[in-house]
Amino acid sequence: MGSLTRKFANNFTTGGVYKPAAITNNSLANITDIPAAAKGKLTLISSQTASASASISFTSGIDSTYPIYRFEFINMHPATDNADLTFQGSTNGGSSYGITTTSTYFETRHSENDSVAQLAYNTGFDLAQSTSYIRGSGSITNQNDSGLSGVLTIFNPSSTIFVKHFICEINKMFNFSGSFESTHSLSAGYLNTTSSINAFDFKMDTGNIDDGTIYMYGIGA
Amino acid sequence: MGIATRKIANAFSTSGIIQSANINNASLDNITTIAGAGDMVFVSSATASSSASIEFSLGSYKEYKFFFVNMHPQTDDVYFQFNLSTDNGSNYNVTKTSTYFMAYLGENDAGAVLTYDNTLDLAQSTSNQNLLYSLGADADQNASGTLQLFNPSSTTYIKHWIANTNNAHYNNFSFNTYIAGYANTTSALTNIKFQMSSGNIDAGKILMFGVN
Repeated sequence: MGSLTRKFANNFTTGGVYKPAAITNNSLANITDIPAAAKGKLTLISSQTASASASISFTSGIDSTYPIYRFEFINMHPATDNADLTFQGSTNGGSSYGITTTSTYFETRHSENDSVAQLAYNTGFDLAQSTSYIRGSGSITNQNDSGLSGVLTIFNPSSTIFVKHFICEINKMFNFSGSFESTHSLSAGYLNTTSSINAFDFKMDTGNIDDGTIYMYGIGA
Repeated sequence: MGIATRKIANAFSTSGIIQSANINNASLDNITTIAGAGDMVFVSSATASSSASIEFSLGSYKEYKFFFVNMHPQTDDVYFQFNLSTDNGSNYNVTKTSTYFMAYLGENDAGAVLTYDNTLDLAQSTSNQNLLYSLGADADQNASGTLQLFNPSSTTYIKHWIANTNNAHYNNFSFNTYIAGYANTTSALTNIKFQMSSGNIDAGKILMFGVN
């Protein structure tokens, strides 16, 4: 056996299976995608990172490709103290945001000094057939290490038959009269339209989004 | 060296490593699964069409996650519910204990309530578990949400689940419901069945994923 053949043969087991040494990262340099059937089913569509941003809008990639869309908020930090993270949808590609919505909002709170431990519905943050922005969270303190993280799930936004349900779950830090607390915000409801929703906008109710990344995923078969 | 042998030889470096020029996306066209490619694996889905129920077989994933998309009933004011089987679907009557709470608000601003409902929880009951509250059957009304079922194949432990749904109530309220509990059995769960409390599932899709 020639030396080249020997080197080639050495990259197989005695069973004829490729050894790890036969395939390097460079071997896969031209692989840019794998077949859909083999992919994981939580597919990153796009992401945006705030930098003193008035808002973050996702105006593409929301269509009938996926029955479920999931936004993940990572370390969203407001420029202004006690700002709330809000969102709304659009049926016209982001030209305007303001779909009629009915939603609930409740939260649990627990302070670092143990003085507050509460579970309560908040009538100030729910919406009854309103086109206002939907609150994903209540007030977020803007001290340097604060912010929020969480998940917003939207079901079948491209439907032209049904209203569009959403479920949002966020945890944040709140400064209540000088006492910091963990707040678990739970909002859910429906965007009361049978038109397709094709864009979402996220912003603080006051001031900019100082920092933070929003990832948009599609979930489907 | 023959032509075929030369082609094969050119596919490898002098160290016998597969060269990048000889493998591309099309080379993987027949690959349908790659271990580790994703931690949430699509297992199955079912689309209702005037269906009395939808059933899924359960396997050995440590967690199953079900997504309910636009579940629409044929009958107004009904509950979307599930039950579990340990005998391959012959019987759906596993004993369950669960909690059930919800927040709701009307389109007319009525309600604004967060409450525990002790009529829809289960205490060592074999009844179906409700997953929402009084779903409406108007053309655009529906329910969506998720159900996570943990380690159903265990023969050591009881089986926990956590569900979260939002639905349009038949009187035009938004209901956000949180349900959690356990199937109080150490037998492996083999099947799960979804149905409405009355009438068929007119439309809607359930997607089942396995989580590695």
